[in-house]
Amino acid sequence: MDWGAIIETIVRGLIGERFIYFALAAIGLNLHFGYTGLLNFGQAAFMAAGAYGLALTVTSVGPLINDDEGIFQLNISDGWLFVIGVFVGICILPVLLALLMGIPTLRLRADYLAIVTIAIAEAIRIFMRSPRFDWFTGASDGLGGFSGTFYDLSPFDPGERYFFNLFIGNQMFLVIIGWIVLAIGATFCWLLIRSPWGRVLKAIREDEDAARSLGKNAYSYKMQALVLGGVFGAMGGMLRAIGFSLAQPDNFITDVTFFVWVALILGGAGTVLGPLAGAAILYAVLDGTDTFLREAVANDVIPDSIMSGTQVGQVRFMLIGLGLILLAAFRPQGIFGNKEEMALDDR
Amino acid sequence: MIDEFREGDELIPDAGPPTGDGTATLGDIAFVEGVDPERARAQLADVPWEAGAKKPDPILVATNVVRRFGGLTAVDVDHVEIQRGVITALIGPNGAGKTTFFNLLTNFDSPDEGHRVFKGESIDTVPAHKIADRGMVRTFQLTKSLSKMTVIENMKLGATAQTGESMFKSIFPFLWKGQEAEIEAKADDLLRHFKMDHMRNEFAGTLSGGQRKLLEMARALMVEPEMVMLDEPMAGVNPALTQSLLGHVTGLRDQGMTVLFVEHDMDMVQEISDWVIVMAEGRIIAEGPPASIGQNQDVVDAYLGSSHDSALDLEREL
Repeated sequence: MDWGAIIETIVRGLIGERFIYFALAAIGLNLHFGYTGLLNFGQAAFMAAGAYGLALTVTSVGPLINDDEGIFQLNISDGWLFVIGVFVGICILPVLLALLMGIPTLRLRADYLAIVTIAIAEAIRIFMRSPRFDWFTGASDGLGGFSGTFYDLSPFDPGERYFFNLFIGNQMFLVIIGWIVLAIGATFCWLLIRSPWGRVLKAIREDEDAARSLGKNAYSYKMQALVLGGVFGAMGGMLRAIGFSLAQPDNFITDVTFFVWVALILGGAGTVLGPLAGAAILYAVLDGTDTFLREAVANDVIPDSIMSGTQVGQVRFMLIGLGLILLAAFRPQGIFGNKEEMALDDR
Repeated sequence: MIDEFREGDELIPDAGPPTGDGTATLGDIAFVEGVDPERARAQLADVPWEAGAKKPDPILVATNVVRRFGGLTAVDVDHVEIQRGVITALIGPNGAGKTTFFNLLTNFDSPDEGHRVFKGESIDTVPAHKIADRGMVRTFQLTKSLSKMTVIENMKLGATAQTGESMFKSIFPFLWKGQEAEIEAKADDLLRHFKMDHMRNEFAGTLSGGQRKLLEMARALMVEPEMVMLDEPMAGVNPALTQSLLGHVTGLRDQGMTVLFVEHDMDMVQEISDWVIVMAEGRIIAEGPPASIGQNQDVVDAYLGSSHDSALDLEREL
């Protein structure tokens, strides 16, 4: 058994790029669900908005407005085009998406938002897969060629490995930028939550009518939370697309939303550090068990009669499922959650 | 209901009525300028005892308010005026439409027809969350204490016009720290007044039913209202706490606030209200001082059924 490889994958899960994508999305979902009580089952759509906001701007719209044969000849440099793409992906598309989801549903009961978010997320993914607009959206193959500008800024040698040989150059750069974004995002969230604004969100989560009777515009606050949480999701999705150098519809299937949910519940909804810890542990366990089982099968620690190498993928999800059941039974508040607070639900 | 007899309730009865030597020390927190409760009460003496009677100094007026749920007309009120500076009780048997009417007055529900005027301005198109800014605040029949927030957080939420409640300003604590400290001081004053300061940092969800009612009332006062609307303030309250709660309600009036409360327990109404409005089947059937209500034939009929006399007569005849 190669214990070194197992430890390596665990550490990578704890601090690596996937942790960053999902932690950012989980921070957003925490604003939605943990603090405001909004049931958003379409966080993948916000992630897709971030990814496609950048990819469409740079890869599809860029040539249309920049080339000699395009509609306009604006001659925007690649660098600026990337910056505009980041802006579109973080500040425009997720905001529009949140308004689309929120305007019809936020005046209604919480379950309506849940239905609409899951439907919109799937509708967007299926639309992006459609070959009808292949020339613009890249259909099911997705869009590439937008991350060059980002990696050009990398001070690391793409051929070398860094940080205890964990990451190759480009990944190292992505992880560092990701950690900076994550640190700023988490601090920002912490500041928001301990302010009177955060207090209103919590009040709305507890009882919307009470907040309204005290003069708080519940609809507006719910919308603000939906938009802001969506922006965090978009940042996660954008970094994910940059990591893959590809924005592809099937990277934003419903499973992605539920991974974000798992990370949030695992860490503890309604806590500042919960989403971060949840995402880290989720990927450490998911990747750690994968490598461990593969090693065990390969070295005949686990005989073929019990499990073959091809079954490892399924078995590790069973283990995650088992872990979640145990969590729900013994620590329903998540890792950082407050048990006392959780117990108040039953009253 | 079991909650109400938990430990901790014993702590409340010493929170006696803030009346007596007149030291209802809400300080300057909730005192409404220019309202003389004594005079307001005296004015009621000249008001005729009839449904829809005009008041000398009404703070809230509702005209032709109708609310239908499908084919059922839940509320159909021709005219009602609420006198400023007194305690008005809205009573009626179960299903009379009291709470529905109450929701219409506070804009938590919109009427199918009719107009409501508060402090001389129409509130027909004012959304529910803006009513508080205008000086009217309500509580709920099922107490809405925000369980997972502490008592002090509940209180601080009540303050209006908070700078830190804007998303962009909220991330710069120096912009709202000063105001927050003022709000906290005010909240602590109110908690002391309601004798709840010892549970300042407890989660509201751990309080007993009666304590939650008190908290909800105290929180409503953070809005600095001119008019307080209480929906069944005594529902589900431990009898030991009832007197204290009643004392707090009269305390509000003595501070110059107008109180309108919904109740179906007549004893409670007799004890504290200055004026009583009786509803039955969605209409206002009688108005008058509490003493007049028990003798009103319409009211007795509404509560006991209009044929009760004949039934008795029948019994006697047999």
